[in-house]
Amino acid sequence: MTAPILIFGWGNPSRGDDALGPRFIDELSALGLPDVECLSDYQLQIEHALDLAGRQRVLFVDASITATVPYAVRGPISASAAAPGFTHALDPHGLLRIYENFYDAPPPPCFLLEIRGESFILGAPCSEAAQRHLAAALDWARKWLE
Amino acid sequence: MTDASLKRISIDPLSRVEGHGKVTILLDDENKVQQARLHIVEFRGFEKFIEGRPYWEVPVMVERLCGICPVSHHLAAAKAMDMIVGAKLTPTAEKIRRLMHYGQILQSHALHFFYLASPDLLFGFDAELAKRNIVGLASHHPEIARKGVLIRKYGQEVIRLTAGKRIHGTGAIPGGVNKSLSADERAALLKDIYAIIGWSREAVALVKQLFETHCEHYRTFARFTAPAMCLVAPSGAMDLYDGGLRARRADGAPLFDHADYRRYWELIGEDVKPWSYMKFPFLKILGDAEHGWYRVGPLARVALCDFIPTPLADHERKEFLAFDDGQAVGATLGYHWARMIEMLHAAETIKELLHDDDIRGRELLATGQRQERGVGVIEAPRGTLIHHYRVDENDLVIRANLIVSTTHNNQAMNEAILAVAHQYLDGQQITEALLNHIEVAIRAFDPCLSCATHALGRMPLEVEVFGADGTACDRALRDSQGRFLRH
Repeated sequence: MTAPILIFGWGNPSRGDDALGPRFIDELSALGLPDVECLSDYQLQIEHALDLAGRQRVLFVDASITATVPYAVRGPISASAAAPGFTHALDPHGLLRIYENFYDAPPPPCFLLEIRGESFILGAPCSEAAQRHLAAALDWARKWLE
Repeated sequence: MTDASLKRISIDPLSRVEGHGKVTILLDDENKVQQARLHIVEFRGFEKFIEGRPYWEVPVMVERLCGICPVSHHLAAAKAMDMIVGAKLTPTAEKIRRLMHYGQILQSHALHFFYLASPDLLFGFDAELAKRNIVGLASHHPEIARKGVLIRKYGQEVIRLTAGKRIHGTGAIPGGVNKSLSADERAALLKDIYAIIGWSREAVALVKQLFETHCEHYRTFARFTAPAMCLVAPSGAMDLYDGGLRARRADGAPLFDHADYRRYWELIGEDVKPWSYMKFPFLKILGDAEHGWYRVGPLARVALCDFIPTPLADHERKEFLAFDDGQAVGATLGYHWARMIEMLHAAETIKELLHDDDIRGRELLATGQRQERGVGVIEAPRGTLIHHYRVDENDLVIRANLIVSTTHNNQAMNEAILAVAHQYLDGQQITEALLNHIEVAIRAFDPCLSCATHALGRMPLEVEVFGADGTACDRALRDSQGRFLRH
């Protein structure tokens, strides 16, 4: 049985504020919310398009260097043709396009929660500022899920 | 180019995020291209990240070094820790690890080909960037893109079932593995493997067709000759999990063969340069970093092995070596063809392992005489990966040295960029065509920039040209939206 709501966070838990996505997922998972599936990964990848199938709503969560403090919410976001450059990771807009082509159908409504990060050093903990941003983002998410 | 001018080129530490690369092209007094330097995210801090930790934590910790090849780091570290605990793996443990590793090879090569490389190859290097990516591929070649997603998914499933989790898996532990496969897990993977093999064959055929169609261009693009290095099995077969080190000169003359990787430092030196965080490995038998650089990865492995121990991939290897009188072997774009041959080999190997009853065994762990030093070497998707640790009497790591695949290819990538710059840089101005071709040359190596953060909001590539006096002549970049911008 596919949960109607998917929350998907990504990032490297050992790179300072890059842990914001996985930390968000850990905190939300601990609430045991019904009808919500929480997934995390290091990066957003092409096969994650398959995780969007059968959902009513999707929330993507990532750390952002450019988001407003403490977080920014965008959406419903649309499929787009973002250029990959050298990165092996995909952005949510590109993932939605993969979904459209794979299923020949529009994706479910998807939103992007960008939590402002400040420092991304290997081995560093989440910065104090990022932890405040995370708390604020979680407050927002609880309302979004109501 | 004086030392003083070299020092004027700095790397902004804030740019050290996944997806950001910086290239500097240095001109001589006559404005001819003299050097090219790729500055990519370096793995500075890796060793410090590991030191002071209990050795049994290391295979899991090192997964955090890279979001793309966590399994490679996991297994290289686990192999090093096998040495620390003095263990010889049980057949079940070794085969489960191999299954995990070939799952990683499969999914990583699929990602690179379907997501990053094939858009360049199918649409042309100068096609508009909005089209020349996976999204364009999905629009114009939906079946190819679809199969790419499914091969990736399958590879990830192999990893999940062998490592126990989708990410942060703990499948490999010092001396063995945590789990083997259940009957249901094996059946689930067997169900789809034949389709995966078929699609992998199609991918090889597609690259081969592109080489045949654009033979002259593929042969000459970013071409340079170099020694190569990889692991091979005692039989000389391709073996991506274990073996001895083999290196040959560009003309095929042997440099060393079946060398014990546990003493890799006798063969490989590491140099540093003031303008890069990345080390410059070299083969000591050839002298120093200037003369001893080499390449690793799919092209090296397919060219250096005596045979591939799975029939379909070995047939393709022979085709590859014979193509255009062997010219594909020295072509930078030959990496793509070789990579797909390896993807096919990975799929065939997974099938063979799934039919081996040892993967259902219960003897998972071995022990032995505790050692102070452990070295683990594996052929990761991008090339040879070396993990080296010393552990004290308190079981804490007191020294770590890692040479990752992308670092081995450091100078080789610079040479590829240099060849492109000679061909496409006209005067001092960076054109979009130059930037496109630099991108294509770098992408052939599949450098892993994922050992850094990927957080949203950074540019993927910046190119600068410096004159002989060290002053910047031109600077252009491709921003995160794919736009070409001149500064």
